[in-house]
Amino acid sequence: MSEKCCCCGNSGNQFKELEPTLEKYARVPGSLITILQKAQEIYGYLSIDVIHHISKATGIKPAKIYGVATFYAQFRLQPIGKNLIMLCQGTACHVNGSQMIEEAVCEYLGISDGETTEDGIFTLNNVACLGCCSLAPVMMVQSADGDETYGNLTKDKVREILAEIRERA
Amino acid sequence: MKVIIGQGSCGIATGAKKTQAEFEKQITAQKAKAEVGFTGCVGTCYLEPIVDVYDDNGAFTRYVKVQPEKVERIVAEHIKGGRIVEEYAISKEDEQFIEKQKRVVLRHCGMINPEDIEEYLAVGGYEATKKVVTSMTQNEVIEEIKVSGLRGRGGAGFPTWFKWNAAKGNPGKEKYIVCNADEGDPGAFMDRSVLEGDPHALIEGMIIGGFAMGATEGVIYCRAEYPLAIKRLEKAMEQAREKGYLGKNIFGSGYDFDLRIKAGAGAFVCGEETALIASLEGERGMPRLKPPFPAQKGYWQQPTNINNVETFANVPWIIANGGAAFGAMGTEKSKGTKVFALAGKIKKGGLVEVPMGLPLKDVIFGIGGGIKQDKEFKAVQMGGPSGGCIPKELIDTPVTYEDINKTGAIVGSGGMIVMDENTCMVDMARYFLDFTRKESCGKCNYCRIGTKRMLEILERITKGEGRDGDIELLEELAVKIKDGSMCGLGQTAPNPVLTTIRYFRNEYEDHIYKKKCTAKSCKDLISFHIKDSCVGCTACARKCPVNAISGEVKKKHEIDQNLCIKCGKCEETCKFASIERL
Repeated sequence: MSEKCCCCGNSGNQFKELEPTLEKYARVPGSLITILQKAQEIYGYLSIDVIHHISKATGIKPAKIYGVATFYAQFRLQPIGKNLIMLCQGTACHVNGSQMIEEAVCEYLGISDGETTEDGIFTLNNVACLGCCSLAPVMMVQSADGDETYGNLTKDKVREILAEIRERA
Repeated sequence: MKVIIGQGSCGIATGAKKTQAEFEKQITAQKAKAEVGFTGCVGTCYLEPIVDVYDDNGAFTRYVKVQPEKVERIVAEHIKGGRIVEEYAISKEDEQFIEKQKRVVLRHCGMINPEDIEEYLAVGGYEATKKVVTSMTQNEVIEEIKVSGLRGRGGAGFPTWFKWNAAKGNPGKEKYIVCNADEGDPGAFMDRSVLEGDPHALIEGMIIGGFAMGATEGVIYCRAEYPLAIKRLEKAMEQAREKGYLGKNIFGSGYDFDLRIKAGAGAFVCGEETALIASLEGERGMPRLKPPFPAQKGYWQQPTNINNVETFANVPWIIANGGAAFGAMGTEKSKGTKVFALAGKIKKGGLVEVPMGLPLKDVIFGIGGGIKQDKEFKAVQMGGPSGGCIPKELIDTPVTYEDINKTGAIVGSGGMIVMDENTCMVDMARYFLDFTRKESCGKCNYCRIGTKRMLEILERITKGEGRDGDIELLEELAVKIKDGSMCGLGQTAPNPVLTTIRYFRNEYEDHIYKKKCTAKSCKDLISFHIKDSCVGCTACARKCPVNAISGEVKKKHEIDQNLCIKCGKCEETCKFASIERL
């Protein structure tokens, strides 16, 4: 690991996409979360390597970065599929049957919360609230094409949506 | 002519972008003359996508549920022909959803283009800022807010002027004003709508607040789950900077103030102000003991004031119209208006802004139109995971901080989730405890372990394994968790359990002693049966994954209870509503 994770400042390193962010924020106190968000945006998740790299650039201990990364729901330490299904489990969605929707998604894709399908097309994440409560139950699908929100879901509707996304991929 | 399409997150989710594309296509194809624009969320979420067609004289017609297939006719008949397509226009009844409200915070939502500062200026935008920085003193601003009686809209209901005054009075090298836009309550989306629909109102509120307390820098802590809100805020800040409303020497007054956005990373506890500050500093968002209060030592140990989005959005209106005008609305102790996010089993879900003091009944039935499918109203949940369930017997309770507190719930940030006869109250308590257990930061033992134990008991009860004494144990734990937790999260986490035990103790007892779920919702406590109305279509038998359903074609079928796994497939499949839960 140590030889892969070359010291910062070296433009030939494997995390060069992150360099502009590090240049801007590495020495600004209180910027760790911003840096981690940017790193996740670029690489899809926070690998051990990238955590070590950020540690070297900022002088913050890897253990502390790990502590922050695991505290917040947004950060992932594992890679995800091409489409991230954010299934809303907010109160309005719960009252309107989001558990049934979850069952349908899990059954259809053969994965449970937090897992990725074998073909790498879908990852399922339960989230607290997407703020589209009047369209409950709701899910948001994040992919390279942007975010798409689907409302008023039923078991059939969610299966259709997933089938369509799978076909496109 | 202008065509304005509502594009808050919920509008976009129902296909507003497709509707917009279709308008652009049809206007070109039919050679019609009209501009296409957009606005934020108007609040009638159940009617999305919503399209307003403005005639040249400024009058507009509102069309609702405008799916792309409706567009061709609207362009041909209204835009080209000048005849309103009555069939697609909003009904008189639905118009009342807005007419019955009193809009202060939402005054511009759905009326102006949130990405165009000129539209905001045209409705009197930044007048309040100008008035404050060029002609008022810090004390005068605070006095005006004091007269208005504005209280924090984030949940606690603390007087805003008091916080501003405290931050002003405390010495510090720098002072900071922070906006809590980390709307973490599941089931609440008031702040999202303001951020997406009227971002300049928030910016103005922060400049005014910053001026009053003597801050030169402001931070908006916005949750990362609201990408559209962040985008629109960024745009609004950029435009305000270009105009000189943010930055150095605002309106030539010599007052410098600038803003930046910090995206939250998803932690409910960061709604607590000391946790929010820790998160702003790049740490784990864990609360600390108070005092010192943020007004004494906050962000980077400097005097800091934190208010939520709705509180700030009220401020420019108060300055422009006077504190007394604001104070004239509402009740003696709860002044002004409050925005509620009406959702759940309600016919007309959306954003509702009403003067405080209005009875719950008027909000749920008067504006929200009552319960979906005309089922029986059971309770309304207010205040999210820190709040509680208010039963139907108390539906005449006026919506004020004091009256709602008496019921055991709280006004909170404004989530109002309506529940009907099919909602199990024990399951609701379990749901909220599951949430707080996950979101507990872990600092206080009672909160970390206590919520886990309460959740385990509730899970047991909903599975039909409840024991004698469980209710008493829950009550005992609840008191301990309240007393033994440092921050608001732990202190209020037991509220959903306590209120449901208080008002729906019979449901708990049914689960524990009779092994029955009153609402027929807990899977382990119900069984599926086929009624005599079965026509023997065999659809359910073919869908059943465990072949538990048998019967001849065109004859009533039966479910073998020993085989049934209660997946509910049969109920979902049956077209004759012949499956019942017992």
